[in-house]
Amino acid sequence: MPSERERRFAGPRRGQLVFALILVGAALLLLALIGEQTTWVKKTKLFAQPRFWPAVAIGGMVLMGGLHLYKLPWRRVSRYDLWEVKRWGQVFEFAGWFMGCVLLVPVIGYLPVTMAFVPLLCWRMGYRSRFMLWAGVAFAVIVVVLFKGFLSVKIPGALIYEYLPGALRSFFILYL
Amino acid sequence: MDLILSAIDILMRWDVALALLAGSVGGVLIGAIPGVGPAVAIAILLPATFSMDPIVGLTVLLGIYGSSMYGGSIPAILINTPGTAVNALTTYDGYPMTARGEPRRALSLAYSASFFGGIFSVICLILFAPVLAKIAPMFGSREIFLAALLGLILVVVAHRGQALVAGALACFGIFLQTIGLEPVKYTQRYTFGQDFLGGGINLIVVVLGLFAISQAFVLLTDEDEKVRLTRLRGGMFQGLRELARHPRVAGVSASFGVLMGMIPGVGEFTAQFMSYTYAQKTSKRPQDFGNGSSEGLIAAETANNAVPAAAMVPLLALGIPGEALTAMMLSVFYVHNVVPGPGLFQNDMDFVVALYLALLVLNVLVLVFLLFATKSLIQVVRIPNRFLGVCILTLSFVGVYSLRNSATDCVMAAAFGILGYVLKRLSLPSVPIILGMVLGGIMEVKLRAGMARVKEPLDFIDRPVAFILFLLIIIVLAVHILRVLKDRKELKEAEWQTNRSSTSFGSLMLRRKNSFLKDHGKKVRARHSKLLRRLTDLF
Repeated sequence: MPSERERRFAGPRRGQLVFALILVGAALLLLALIGEQTTWVKKTKLFAQPRFWPAVAIGGMVLMGGLHLYKLPWRRVSRYDLWEVKRWGQVFEFAGWFMGCVLLVPVIGYLPVTMAFVPLLCWRMGYRSRFMLWAGVAFAVIVVVLFKGFLSVKIPGALIYEYLPGALRSFFILYL
Repeated sequence: MDLILSAIDILMRWDVALALLAGSVGGVLIGAIPGVGPAVAIAILLPATFSMDPIVGLTVLLGIYGSSMYGGSIPAILINTPGTAVNALTTYDGYPMTARGEPRRALSLAYSASFFGGIFSVICLILFAPVLAKIAPMFGSREIFLAALLGLILVVVAHRGQALVAGALACFGIFLQTIGLEPVKYTQRYTFGQDFLGGGINLIVVVLGLFAISQAFVLLTDEDEKVRLTRLRGGMFQGLRELARHPRVAGVSASFGVLMGMIPGVGEFTAQFMSYTYAQKTSKRPQDFGNGSSEGLIAAETANNAVPAAAMVPLLALGIPGEALTAMMLSVFYVHNVVPGPGLFQNDMDFVVALYLALLVLNVLVLVFLLFATKSLIQVVRIPNRFLGVCILTLSFVGVYSLRNSATDCVMAAAFGILGYVLKRLSLPSVPIILGMVLGGIMEVKLRAGMARVKEPLDFIDRPVAFILFLLIIIVLAVHILRVLKDRKELKEAEWQTNRSSTSFGSLMLRRKNSFLKDHGKKVRARHSKLLRRLTDLF
C-alpha cells in the first residue's frame, strides 16, 4: 500500500527516481567541468565574469535537483522504473524516422521525401486503409506546397533536381 | 484618438488581413484538435514568420494564441477532453450540459463568454496603454533584471508540489543559454571544442523539440481513442443572451484574467481557478458547479480568454515574457531587430495599439466563424491520435530544418524532443526550461549593465521600482516557504493520523519536557509505573 508521502507526490511514480538520478548526475558532471569549460578573467567584477552565470545555473541544478532527489519518497529503482526507461527508449525509433527525413531531403528533395515519409510512417503506425494512406499523401503535398511554395521557407533544392530539364529544374528547386 | 487612427493605418494591409484570418481560423482548428495545442502550432510556425513583417508574423501567432482557447472548448464540452490544457476547467460544467442534452447551449455560452473575456481584456489594455507608457520608462537595467528574476521565481513556485524540480529545470534553461561564445570577453563556455556549440543553442530548436517533437512522440506511442460525437441542432446565438444575465460573474472573471495575465508565470490556470471559486462562492446555486452550471462555464471561459492580451503586457512593456507562448513570440521581435521594452512604448506606441486592435478584430472574426461553422468544425475531433503524431512530426521537420538547414539543429531538436517526451511521461513541466533560457539571457545582460554603476549592494535597490520589485520577490519567496511548511505539517499530521499543535521535533521535545514538569504528568507517570510494577510482580 502506498504511504501518505507517495500518495501526495505530484505525478506518477514510474521513472521519477531514474530521471532525478540522471539530472543530478549530469549537473555534478557539468559542475566538475566548470574550471575546464569556462574562463575566469582577471581584473573583472564577479557579475561580469564569464563563469558567473554557468556557475549560478549549474549550482542551482545541483542544489534543487539534489533536494528533489532527497525528497523523493522512493530510494530504490523498481521494475516499474525499468519498464518506464524501456518506454523512453521506444521513441528513439521515431527520432530515427525524423533524422532519416532530415538526411534524405537534401539528396532526394522535400516533396518526394515528404510524400514517401508520411504514408510510410502511417503504415508503420498500423494504418492499412487506402483512405488513411492517401490522406497521408495529400497532407504531405499540402505541407510542401504551403510551406515551400507559398510561405517560401528556406529548404534547399535536392541534388537530384539538378538532373531535371531547364525550366522544370528551377521550378522544383524554388517551389518543391 | 490619433494613436488609434495610426494603429488602424498599420493594420490596413491585405497581408495583415490574411494573417488575421489565417490566425483565427487556424487557431480555432488547432485548439479543437486534442493533442495539438497553440504551443505546438506556434513552435512550428515560428521560422515561417521570420520572413514576414513583424506585425504580420505577430498577428498570425497572436491569432493562434487568442483563438485556440475558443476551439479548445469544443472537445472539452462535447467529448470531455480539453482541446488545450487551459480548457480543462471547461469540462467540469460543459460536459455535464452535453450529457443532459444541451451541447448547443454549452457551446454557445462558451463562445460568448470567451468573446466577452477577449474583448474586455483588449479594451482594458488599450485604455491602460497610456499609463503603461508612463510606467515603462521607469524600468532601467536593474528593474528589468529584478522583474525577470521575479518572473522566473513565480514560474517555479507556481508548480505546486514540483517547485524543486521546476527550479532545477529553470536552471537547466539558464545553463543552456550560457553555452557558446560569451559576448563580452569572447571566451568559450561549455562548447567542448565543438564548432556547432560555438554559436550557442538556438531557442527555436529547443522550443520545437520540447513542445512539437515531444508531442509527436507522445501521440505516436499512444493509442487511438474512439470518439462519439453528439449531433448539434439549431442556432448558436442563445449564449449571448444567457451571458447578459450574468454580467457580474463575467466582469469579475475577465478582470481576474487581465490581472493574472499581466503577472509573469501565473497565467490562465490561476485566473480560472480564482474566477471559478469566486463564481461558486457568490452563486445562489453553488451545488450546480461541476454538474453543468452556466455560471461555472462562464467563469472558466471568460477568465482564460482574457489572458492572451494581458500576457502581452510584460512582453511589450518590459521585454519579459511571462510564459512559453510569449517567450516564443519574443524571438519574432529579435529576428526583426525590434526590441520590446520601454523603448517600444515610447517610440512605437501605435505598433502596440495595432497589436491590440488586431486581437480585437480577431475575437470578432473567431466568434462569427464559430457561430456559423461549429457543426462542420467538430469533425476535426475525429482525426486519429497517431495520424496526428505523424502530421506533427512532418511539420516539426519544416520548423527545425528551415531555420538554418542544419542537420545538427535537427539532432538537437530530436534530443530535446526525447527530453520533452520523458518530462511529459513524468508529468514534469518543460515551460521552466524555455523561460530559463529566455529570462536567463535577459538577466545576464541586465545584471552586468546594472552592476556597472553600483558601488554597494544596497545601491541596487535604491530606486523606487527596483525596491518594490525586490520587496515582491521577498514576499513571493516568504509565501512559498510558508506554504511548503504548511504542506509539510499537513503531511506529518496525515502520516501520524493526529492533529497536534506542532509537528516539528523541537516542539515535540518541548511538549515532552512540559509533561515531565507538570503535576498531571507526574501523576500519570506514577500511575503507569505502579501498573508496570504490578505487572512485573506477576512474573
